[in-house]
Amino acid sequence: MTTESNRVRGTTAGTQRWQRFSIYVILIGIAILYLIPVYLLVITGMKSFAEVSQAQMWDLPSGIYFDSFTKAWLGDQKEGLRGLGMNFWNSIYLSVPATILSALLGSINGYILTKWKFRGSDVLFPLLLFGMFIPYQSILIPLVQVLSKIPWFGGSLYGTLPGLIFVHVIYGLPITTLIFRNYYAAIPNELIEASRIDGATIFSIYRYILFPLSLPGFVVVMIWQFTSVWNDFLFAVTVTGNPESQPITVGLNNLAGSYIVEWNVQMAGSLLAALPTLAVYIFLGRFFMRGLLAGSLKG
Amino acid sequence: MGRLTWERITAILLITPSALAVAVFVYGFIAFTAFTSFTKWNSLIPDFTLVGFENYAKLFANQRFQIDMRNTVGFTILFLIACLVLGFTLAFLLDQRIKGEGILRSIFLFPMAISFIVTGVVWRWLLNPGSENLGSTGVNLLFDKIGLSFLKWGWFTDPVVWHIPPESGIGQFLQQLGLSGLASPMVGVSAGVVSLVLAATWQMSGYTMAMYLAGLRGIPDELREAARVDGASELQILWHIILPLLRPITLSAVIILGHISLKIYDLVVAMTGPGIGFSTDVPAFFMWDTTFRGNHFARGSSIAMVLLIMVAVLIIPYLVWTTKTEAEL
Repeated sequence: MTTESNRVRGTTAGTQRWQRFSIYVILIGIAILYLIPVYLLVITGMKSFAEVSQAQMWDLPSGIYFDSFTKAWLGDQKEGLRGLGMNFWNSIYLSVPATILSALLGSINGYILTKWKFRGSDVLFPLLLFGMFIPYQSILIPLVQVLSKIPWFGGSLYGTLPGLIFVHVIYGLPITTLIFRNYYAAIPNELIEASRIDGATIFSIYRYILFPLSLPGFVVVMIWQFTSVWNDFLFAVTVTGNPESQPITVGLNNLAGSYIVEWNVQMAGSLLAALPTLAVYIFLGRFFMRGLLAGSLKG
Repeated sequence: MGRLTWERITAILLITPSALAVAVFVYGFIAFTAFTSFTKWNSLIPDFTLVGFENYAKLFANQRFQIDMRNTVGFTILFLIACLVLGFTLAFLLDQRIKGEGILRSIFLFPMAISFIVTGVVWRWLLNPGSENLGSTGVNLLFDKIGLSFLKWGWFTDPVVWHIPPESGIGQFLQQLGLSGLASPMVGVSAGVVSLVLAATWQMSGYTMAMYLAGLRGIPDELREAARVDGASELQILWHIILPLLRPITLSAVIILGHISLKIYDLVVAMTGPGIGFSTDVPAFFMWDTTFRGNHFARGSSIAMVLLIMVAVLIIPYLVWTTKTEAEL
């Protein structure tokens, strides 16, 4: 009896060990597959121009060269190649203000929709949410028309970075409101009630109670918004036709679309375009995850 | 009471700018696009003469659009299956008390942080098959190196469209049923679409993994233990307990990924363009081309409306469902 149960236990332990081993093999195998594009991106970006032949595509570089990055960043006047440096800064000037404005508006909307519900606020919210799912193709034509009619420093908002910021703030309203609404819903209403009895107003409640508690909410929203604004292509390519005001996704696409550009320069450019959001992901990954899950409505 | 009404009005005033912005920029603009799609505005000069459904009739008769719809459907189905299966598998394996879970999870999830443009540029080079003269490149070259040369093929440069051959047994059977239309290249998947699915899955499967992982962590261990005590095998537990409990997550993932794949644009622009014989063209690409390159605003609007309707069919029931279940809580 005892020997039999021992044997049974022995085999299960054996199978279990084997099972765990295969789980690791599968997971690590898939992880390596996922990293292949990054490997290619990094080694190609670091190769010297002499080493860039497609037959040696997968070989490690002989040293670390930054020639490709320099060329991707500065461009090459002789070849009429525009560098991505300017586009990179455009993306910064675009993403930072757009992110801050979106977060502030989302926070106020979330506050009202959770703590100052009014008749119709439960209808307003889903109507607002629908805006984050629409294919933006269905609003692009009037958007271009309207932007070109809003005056801006002697011209119009169309084709300018402030115009693009405006667009991102507006179409970012649904998601930022959603995340803040879910976040503030977790803050007990009793807290608000109590402070109202103490004479706090709608503004002071926000300023002294909600806002100080909002830091994690702001981090989640800002990461989400920064990533989506930085990575956006459709709005950017539609609203900014002039290379001087194009963000990096459009610049990179133009760079990669021209056949005269060496592919190591394209890879270096891709790495430059990916770096800021990757950095955010690496340093603030925890919050990034939360934003992702909030994006699926039920956080 | 006076303070109360003052504050209630302030609350409404505070949300009014956002509500107005969405009313105009989402609903107003959609209405304008819908209106434009019924007009003659197909040049640089606006012409709002109404023509009824003419733009739509022409659109559905257009072969490029038909191919686009085929590509979108094929892309969506393959992309959903790939992301769900891979995402669940990864989450399930990661949930087995794995050492180094954090690092593995980060590796599966990081492509989410990158733009589709970067993904497209990198995957274009990865799946570039090379040529007869210059030899293989990208993944094909890798296959050569590890002795798997038989796996080499043209990826998105291969114009093949997989479909049911009309002369095959199934094809003839369909013909007898009067469904010969199903056995044509118009109901199939192009090699280009499969290549796009590979890149998109690389980017998005981590998202499904994260969702499933959150779901799995929410299932109490006691439930599994109880089933084990009752003599259920691990497979039975997976099939009869875990998967049914994860159904709401699967639904959310289908909706989120589905609406992304119906709208897919950036990846196509950066990776393949419309492709040979439109093998990788999609409605979103066609719309932009028609509208902002061709200045056919009315036709572009009709494509945009078809896209919107497809997304709305998917999203509206979901929004109603989530807001309802939330209200019940």
